[in-house]
Amino acid sequence: MTDAKPVLHLDDIVKTFPGVRALDGVSFSVMPGEVHALMGENGAGKSTLMKVLGGIYQPDGGAIYMGDHKVVMAGPLEAKAKGIVFIHQELSLAEELTVAENIYLGELPRKSFGRVDWATLAERTNAILKKLNVGFDAKTRVGDLSIANQQMVEIARALTVDAKAVIFDEPTASLTDAEKSVLFDVIADLKSEGVGIIYISHRMEEIFKITDRISILRDGQYQGTVATADTDEEAVTQMMIGRTLDLSRNASHHELGDVALEVRGLSCGKLYQDVSFEVRRGEVVGFYGLVGAGRTEIAETLFGLRDPSAGKILLDGEEVRIHSPADAIARGISLVPEDRKGQGLVLGMNCRDNMTLPQVDDLKAGPFVAEGAEIAIFDQYRDRLDIRTPGWKQQVGNLSGGNQQKIVIGKWLSMHPNVLIVDEPTRGIDVGSKSEIHKLLRELAAQGYAVMVISSEMPEVLHVSDRIVAMYSGRIMRTFTSEEVSEDNLIQAISGIKSNEAA
Amino acid sequence: MQPGALSKALKNGAIWGFIVLELIFFSVAGEYLSLSDKAFMDYDNMLLLLKQSAPIGIIAMGMTIVMVNGNIDLSVGATYAIAAIILLDSMTWPIFAGLGDWVIPVACLLALAVGTLLGALNGLIVWKTGVDAFIVTLGSMLGFRGIVFMFNGENPTSHLNWTLVDIAEAEFLGLATASWFLLAVTLVIWFVMTKTVHGRNAYAIGDNREAAVNAGIRVGPHMMINFAIIGFLAALSAVVFYSESGSVNPNDGQLYELWVITAVVLGGTKITGGAGSVMGTFGGVIAIQLLRKGLGHIGADTSTVNLVIGLILIAVLFLERQLNVKGKEELKV
Repeated sequence: MTDAKPVLHLDDIVKTFPGVRALDGVSFSVMPGEVHALMGENGAGKSTLMKVLGGIYQPDGGAIYMGDHKVVMAGPLEAKAKGIVFIHQELSLAEELTVAENIYLGELPRKSFGRVDWATLAERTNAILKKLNVGFDAKTRVGDLSIANQQMVEIARALTVDAKAVIFDEPTASLTDAEKSVLFDVIADLKSEGVGIIYISHRMEEIFKITDRISILRDGQYQGTVATADTDEEAVTQMMIGRTLDLSRNASHHELGDVALEVRGLSCGKLYQDVSFEVRRGEVVGFYGLVGAGRTEIAETLFGLRDPSAGKILLDGEEVRIHSPADAIARGISLVPEDRKGQGLVLGMNCRDNMTLPQVDDLKAGPFVAEGAEIAIFDQYRDRLDIRTPGWKQQVGNLSGGNQQKIVIGKWLSMHPNVLIVDEPTRGIDVGSKSEIHKLLRELAAQGYAVMVISSEMPEVLHVSDRIVAMYSGRIMRTFTSEEVSEDNLIQAISGIKSNEAA
Repeated sequence: MQPGALSKALKNGAIWGFIVLELIFFSVAGEYLSLSDKAFMDYDNMLLLLKQSAPIGIIAMGMTIVMVNGNIDLSVGATYAIAAIILLDSMTWPIFAGLGDWVIPVACLLALAVGTLLGALNGLIVWKTGVDAFIVTLGSMLGFRGIVFMFNGENPTSHLNWTLVDIAEAEFLGLATASWFLLAVTLVIWFVMTKTVHGRNAYAIGDNREAAVNAGIRVGPHMMINFAIIGFLAALSAVVFYSESGSVNPNDGQLYELWVITAVVLGGTKITGGAGSVMGTFGGVIAIQLLRKGLGHIGADTSTVNLVIGLILIAVLFLERQLNVKGKEELKV
């Protein structure tokens, strides 16, 4: 492999955005028949790098080589024409169209007069689907498939063209073990055909199972490339975050209070069934599972955004029906949503207004908004949560992810909740702020809040939770205490494996 | 039956069910209320209905492809009026004086070319500026209408060419020229949307624009082509209608955009794009024309007709929303 020419070589790529150097001299190469992992924290520049490769961004410096030739990617079509295929993490599918049309999106086979050659399309698609061993055919409407199957449609795109390099961006985020092994077979096939593969993932066990080399980015800077066989998880982590990660379990157990929230046999149609758990005051309960396991939907039900089809919700031992978010807030339930920028904040408004948004109706001086009271609330929570902002007039959109998240948390704390539900609290937040948010959640529990944390990151749930609820396809598989949980049994539980059989 | 299959069947067949309902209602109500002794479902009456559907129907086919593409075009009524003026006025231009009746194809082509260009201009602006199609075509609706008034003030533009009138009033196999045009346009746009790469890409763009961009589909040119198509069809509609009438008022075609959009939406096209069918739109066009004609048949005046159609549109959209909700577990917004 050493004397072969790399299929893809990035040389000193620089990309700057106003005020940020998103990529700073990134160089690495992918050999034919190699699986090359690209790792880095959220915001390290992986997706920017991929957009440069895909022709969506033009680099400000450096060059891309394929074989011996320097290439300029003018757009996604050109990248594809050169044999670079992207398998996106965020499903990039048109739901109303069929599986076949999605797989061949942008390059439908043609007959005369620009007609689509449906016969060829179905034939090729079914051949690919057969290889992937999936239970649907070319004519299925994509919107009717489960998220895991939609991901398989996305993956099927890798097999459509004569690819030279395939980039997988977090392909396994929503896959079960069976589908994962199909994916790994696909990757092995591509590899044996001499295709270069870039594999982006946060899951160490996958990285060490299937990749040959690992390149690491931190804050837009290239940290180096190591052979997978010569390294271990700890060394890679250290390169990613620049220090060793505090993977310690949550040790500080404080006094638990009464049960603040109890859920019995709660179901919501097909989304989740027969869910029962309780959260005590002073306790952090983590919810862990794959995308689509029903965790967010439970939170939305508790917050009055969905009507349960069966089961009971009890607050402080008293059965309640929550009809709307206003109802939930009045009963002391707060939800810090998954999509901070879309659901949690009004980005164009300043810090103070965002913070007091849910209670601005009550903060009145006569017919006017009581600015003084608003500022007082903002100051109180800025100090308490250590929010770093030049002042309350700052637009929230200009703050860092960590500080934005603190504003959202502060907003809900100012409503004096009993139960705080946090959905993916550290998505898109840098490492430093991440541990601050974790600490904050622990402290809030210690102050007597009942905290539910929904997370897809295993270190996070392990770190913050007193107990962990593992979910698989709408059901609770098992509830672990922090003593009995291990990475292995947690992974098994969320993959739907009940006993201790190995995957 | 699979869950959701019933609501799906209801959704796809809804417009035709609605048409059957209308036919029954007006036939029965007509017996008691109508002043004429002719039955509503008289064969000639139905043929006339098809002919009268043509002006709106031809444009609605273009609107379907534009809306499936995720855009909208509010300027079609104004384009329609401009094309009508070009058609009628150009036949009197001195440079064409020597052509005799050959001026007819020249005038028609000129009108169609202008319509296509105006549509393409809308598309180009949407493509290059990235401004929402609603705003762009709202602007061009006002602008184009301004041009119409600049041309001849408040006065109508008239010119009757009797050869053209003969062609327009001709019948072939029992159907009027206008009806044939409507059927042909429906067939062609159906072919484009279901059989061609351009049509399928239009669906993909309307459904998930980012996915389309990622897949290397050139979004802009597709949108521009669709705007050019609707411009062409607005002009074609004018050519078909004014061949016969021979006189265009500067206010003609006003509110056409709304009738057209109503027909398309009634036919099941999603306002956000990505879903819709030409056959559904055809049903929508017929349903609206039936309603106008039927209400007239039982003695209602125009204002009542508009009120009823407005109410039905809202009822239909509400019904569609209810059918689309995937059950009780849906997120409340």
